[in-house]
Amino acid sequence: MERFSFVFLVAGLGFFALAFAVSGYIPMLPVDRLEVRTVAQMSAQVPLSFVELKEQYPDAFKKAYGDKPIEAALAEALEVGHKSYVGEACWHCHSQQVRPWGGDEATYGRVSFPEEYHNKLNMPPLWGTRRIGPDLIREAGKHSNDWHVAHFFHPRDVVPTSVMPDYPWFYEADGLTPNKTGLSVIAYIQWLGSWLPAHPETIQGVGAIERAYPEPKFDRPIAAPAPAASPASQPAAEEENGGY
Amino acid sequence: MSAENHPDSGQTANPQGGAATTLTGALVNESLVKWHIIAALFWFGIALFAGLFYSMQLIKHWPLPLIPVLSPGRIRMIHTNLIAFGFLTNAFFGMLCWTVPRLTGKKIASNFLGYAIFGAWNLIILLTYIGLHMGEAQAVEWGETPVWVDPLVVVGAVLVAIQFYTPIIRTTERAMYVSLWYFSAAFVWLGLTYIMGNFFPQYLVAGNAAGPLLGLYIHDLVGLWVTPMGWGMMYFFVPIIMKRPIWSHALSLVGFWGLAFFYPLQGVHHFLGSPIPMFAQYSAVVSTIAIEIVVTTVIINFFTTWKNGNTSIGNNIALRWFWLGAFNYALTCFQCSLQVTLTFQQVIHFTDWVVGHAHLVMFGVFSFWIFGMIDHLWPKLTGREWYSRALREWHFWLMGMGLAVMFLTLTAAGMIDGFMALNLVPRETILNAMQPFWFVRTFTGVAIIAGFLCQTANMYLTARAGRVTHIDTDYAPYEELEQETTVGTV
Repeated sequence: MERFSFVFLVAGLGFFALAFAVSGYIPMLPVDRLEVRTVAQMSAQVPLSFVELKEQYPDAFKKAYGDKPIEAALAEALEVGHKSYVGEACWHCHSQQVRPWGGDEATYGRVSFPEEYHNKLNMPPLWGTRRIGPDLIREAGKHSNDWHVAHFFHPRDVVPTSVMPDYPWFYEADGLTPNKTGLSVIAYIQWLGSWLPAHPETIQGVGAIERAYPEPKFDRPIAAPAPAASPASQPAAEEENGGY
Repeated sequence: MSAENHPDSGQTANPQGGAATTLTGALVNESLVKWHIIAALFWFGIALFAGLFYSMQLIKHWPLPLIPVLSPGRIRMIHTNLIAFGFLTNAFFGMLCWTVPRLTGKKIASNFLGYAIFGAWNLIILLTYIGLHMGEAQAVEWGETPVWVDPLVVVGAVLVAIQFYTPIIRTTERAMYVSLWYFSAAFVWLGLTYIMGNFFPQYLVAGNAAGPLLGLYIHDLVGLWVTPMGWGMMYFFVPIIMKRPIWSHALSLVGFWGLAFFYPLQGVHHFLGSPIPMFAQYSAVVSTIAIEIVVTTVIINFFTTWKNGNTSIGNNIALRWFWLGAFNYALTCFQCSLQVTLTFQQVIHFTDWVVGHAHLVMFGVFSFWIFGMIDHLWPKLTGREWYSRALREWHFWLMGMGLAVMFLTLTAAGMIDGFMALNLVPRETILNAMQPFWFVRTFTGVAIIAGFLCQTANMYLTARAGRVTHIDTDYAPYEELEQETTVGTV
């Protein structure tokens, strides 16, 4: 037993393969029939915020994405924004998963489910292991585009206690208009969670979405819709406290 | 160090005693050991400053200009990657160049390959460093190495395997010392882990199928590369320093098989609460708790060896590093078996508790053991006495206390963060509550950097101006120790 070949084969290869099977391969099986959605597929559903972005910054938008149809522009924005999100290590301070415990659901909205990660922008997934800033997987629509534009330039202007870095290179020389990177990152962040039937889901509306809309698995029976809890009271509160 | 053992002399003391005359040139290429240690400390210095700067961002005092290449997020990734691959791995390569030939009685495959590995590996680190500055990161934690560098890392891992498997296979020893067990498995683990973590989630599987692999990668890099290297190093140097064999060879083997079996199974515990199926999450929790029992064997073995010996950790700084590392390891393991439970997870999962835990393991255990090795080896590599005992003490106490305070601060911060989040306190308020902790943490970083400067200054002065010696003042000549402890047949 005390031989190199035994250690190499059993411990080095054998146990590693066993662990890969148990912790890597078997967890793949429940999702192995899900289609990995491409960016083009996902950008077919354009969030309202992206349309607004085009209207708010028409020149910058045209400079960044040309005269493409808005779906194609969104696809490009998601690619560029995702690359920036990874390269700037946003995912090291912002998680992208809502856990079923720890106050996550009440703070951020519906608990994460496998289908929403099964796409090209989650290769590898950006779940994250640290939350210095808030979770972002339900971020779509929680803040306006204007809020994001102000926030990326100098986060403490809008959130005084923030420790997020400034990103002046997301802007043109005037420091007001987002450039292609800035537009794309905002588009990407505003897209996160936009696939859910309605947003934002905040602490005021806990459970409202779940009552109103079916589970996202399309082969399951659809529950009876019910009105969301006082959606009208939300916007004003959000402006004040930044979405919480 | 004796004159015979100097690489220039062309002669060497042989661990087996009899066969020295059949060797041409030195058994150990000490120049390689030395260069790997210097490279390790070079990257370590950059990583320390990266960590300090990033901590200053969190107390809203970013010290660098606001330009893209110096973005705080990129600096954070440089901190972790340079520690894992630049510092720890370089130091381990140096350690292997020293230990493997002594354990096997055979030279490494080739000196040229040794320098090629040195060059290639540091080129990889350099490319990673540049790539991260340029915003080319890959979204794999601890593996942010840009995708265009990944194939090079695999090539590097293969070269390392060839280099060190050669003496292990060629050896005529009847039984392998436990360090070699760890090394033998770790070389193949390094390559497999890297391929699994950096290629599968990037090109083959997405989302929920890729997440477990990311968890496995984070954990296997620590558990199947850094840990076996660290344990093997500890099992080699502690008996040498203490001039007595480890307490129990059998117990060390229990530790090995326990590590080999349980460690790879627990990666999913980095994503507890994610959409990964719960059976995978539970299996990770169970195997994590199981391995804490196994790693206790290492701790028992170390402290029993230390208790039965008569080497004072007051006088012997190298052993003191190993002692503090083992103490931190016991603390880490105890902490780990608690924090992996779902009860703890709901509070501490996304908080600084985990950051404190990571520093306690990577810095408080494995880096400290590396410092113990350097403290022991540097006089032998330079042929000179340590220039200043005081600087060695400062190095120890600044880093030791710096880490202790940092760990306590981050752990407290993590609990406060976690409980506030659990009670639905908005993040803005939590960030305010974190400020005092982060402020203290920055100063612990300053202390650690001061310790690092003491260490490197002392090493430089030793090499330049240390008293030339043939017998180390702290320890008996190396070759005697080897015969006494019969390395390779314990």
